[in-house]
Amino acid sequence: MTSPSDIILVLVILINLLLLGTGRLRSCIRAVAVQGAAIGLLPLLVSSAGFSPRLTLVAVVSVALKGFVFPWLLFRSMRSANVRHEVDPVIGYTASILAGVVLTGASFWMASRLQLPIVPVSDLVLPVALSTILCGLLLIVSRRQALSQVVGYLVLENGIYIFGTALAHEEPLLVEMGILLDVFVAVLVMGVAVFHISREFDHIDVDHLARLKD
Amino acid sequence: MILLALILVPTLAGGLAFAMRAKMWRRTLLIATALVHAALTASLWIDRPGPVLNQWLAVDSLGLLFLSIVSGLFLASAVYSIAYLREEEAARHIDREEGFLFSNEPEAVFVGCLLLFLASMTMVTLSHHLGLLWVGIEGTTLASAPLIYFHRHHRSLEATWKYILICSVGIALALMGNFVLSVATTSPDGRHEIPLIVHRLLENAGRIRVDWLRAAFLFFLVGYGTKMGLAPLHTWLPDAHSEAPSPVSALLSGALLNCAFLGILRVHQLCVAAGEAAFSSPLLILFGVLSLTVAAVFIMRQTDIKRMLAYSSVEHMGVQVIGVGLGGAGVFGAMLHSVNHSLTKAALFLTAGNILAYFGRKRVDEVSGMNRALPTSAVLWIAGFLAITGSPPFGAFLSEFTILKAALDGERFVVAVLYLVMLALIFVGMANIFLRMAQGGRPKTKGPGARETPLALLSPVLLLSCTLVLGLYVPRPLENVCRDVQSSLETPARARAAAEKPEARTVLSHSTVRPNRTLKK
Repeated sequence: MTSPSDIILVLVILINLLLLGTGRLRSCIRAVAVQGAAIGLLPLLVSSAGFSPRLTLVAVVSVALKGFVFPWLLFRSMRSANVRHEVDPVIGYTASILAGVVLTGASFWMASRLQLPIVPVSDLVLPVALSTILCGLLLIVSRRQALSQVVGYLVLENGIYIFGTALAHEEPLLVEMGILLDVFVAVLVMGVAVFHISREFDHIDVDHLARLKD
Repeated sequence: MILLALILVPTLAGGLAFAMRAKMWRRTLLIATALVHAALTASLWIDRPGPVLNQWLAVDSLGLLFLSIVSGLFLASAVYSIAYLREEEAARHIDREEGFLFSNEPEAVFVGCLLLFLASMTMVTLSHHLGLLWVGIEGTTLASAPLIYFHRHHRSLEATWKYILICSVGIALALMGNFVLSVATTSPDGRHEIPLIVHRLLENAGRIRVDWLRAAFLFFLVGYGTKMGLAPLHTWLPDAHSEAPSPVSALLSGALLNCAFLGILRVHQLCVAAGEAAFSSPLLILFGVLSLTVAAVFIMRQTDIKRMLAYSSVEHMGVQVIGVGLGGAGVFGAMLHSVNHSLTKAALFLTAGNILAYFGRKRVDEVSGMNRALPTSAVLWIAGFLAITGSPPFGAFLSEFTILKAALDGERFVVAVLYLVMLALIFVGMANIFLRMAQGGRPKTKGPGARETPLALLSPVLLLSCTLVLGLYVPRPLENVCRDVQSSLETPARARAAAEKPEARTVLSHSTVRPNRTLKK
């Protein structure tokens, strides 16, 4: 229970709940950066083969991206959009935390019923991956600010990454780098979009993006 | 070599277009790249090169068919874009619907992203590694997002934001599908694993763990289905298609949706090979019927021209997945239909662009009297209406009929009836809109009044002629490719045995209703 990978996985769950419970964008961005950096280290810890140059490269690139580049991009668009706080989320913070706890519990229950073909490094891997994915989706649908939704997208991506590194067999390096590149460009494009939304509407509340409908 | 060139040429040209200053050269580069790409694609029909990069890039019938659609449509859109960009050169534009001023995206960004969009779609059609396929599909989202935000105002911004967020989340779920599939291909002792390369997976389909394969299929279907615009995951589609510039809408609808369809087909192919067609096919049919229904409802009460065309894309994606879900001749029909739909829909979006340039408005009741104002476009509009609703002698009639026949031959009467009813409703709804626009007096409100130019008419005329030809005669190479795809989606020995022996069929259908405890969510 006290192996380094378990500590990281527990930290991931705590950060999920923290994210659900706060509306301060600065804290949200910091929290998701810590989560991303911790998860970036995971491939090094779960690999049975030990440190290979390939694994080290993947870990370095993903820690650099998730821990430093993404928060930098998000802080930049936060400053340009001049927002600090989530306003009036669809689901309140306390209710969100409760929902997060329920989702995490459900993930543990679900994971206990799934039959994995391989024995994972830690029993926590599958439930933590599932609960992080669910919390990410919850963040996306329950927040109104465009930046908070980007944070939710990153949490979702982190959950999928946990599942991938711990359970799936290794993707070839080119594919792994391609995935990281895509996520990077996605955050970049979303950041630019946030900037334009703030310029167009004077705020980044996506409720104002509701003119197009049938 | 050709396969790599197909991806690298548009990538490099895209990078170059960002840096170019002279408008003339940038536009020349766009057309030149489109021509080179089309020529390279055409050469693949004559001689298919072997796989490259550890078999990651290869060309098979399925990929070739979709690559040809992408390449042909891109050439048509590129030619049209030249005419379009000439119209859009002014620094300030007035939005005729709400009366505010806005500016356009720099042309360098538009042309550059257009070329990168082509590169990523080409990568999707050529990848045989499912991870690389994912990278390509996410790449198409990112390259096309700035294209939708060409007119910089709040409506297109809203459409762009919905597009990036909904599609990125959807595609993230497809990444989960990739990982789940990779769990499914690990042997019990955790040592032997099958790489996620299409033909290696198909060869080893018997060794894939069935429960995890099913879960993976669900993730892929939801993930790529979002991008393909299958109801109820289609919510981004009408917004993006209606707000994007018309040549981009044509590409989104005709080429991009098919790329996502290709992603679903690759995994369905795997399910079929693993003997799980009885699991994946009904799901495809379900999503198809849902898409048809949603499209019918929204087309009936539609007031916006481009949104109507967008919902029609939802409809045709539904027709295609129904065809694939039915199997057999249905697959043949679906492949033919993807060609017909792409040609027709692109022609219609480009014509809608000409209509918009003259009237300045997209509301149906503000566009009338096209037969006098825009005579050629009016003819194209009516011909396109007949083609898109599957009337003879256009190609879509043939392909939709093939799918209907597959449903009847397979004794899927409920599917056949629903399919026919929805198509009939859509025909009525569209007839109401199209005919009213073509006839009638001049509208009260005056638009910009840009006349149709030969350059802006060239692409839609050619595209519609192609689908007309396809309705009268399907060329042998195209038929062979569609047949080839059909046989690659046929259950090998098991389906034949099931078709011959009634008791085997009950076993097969029994296995689908068996509650799958391990995967319940």
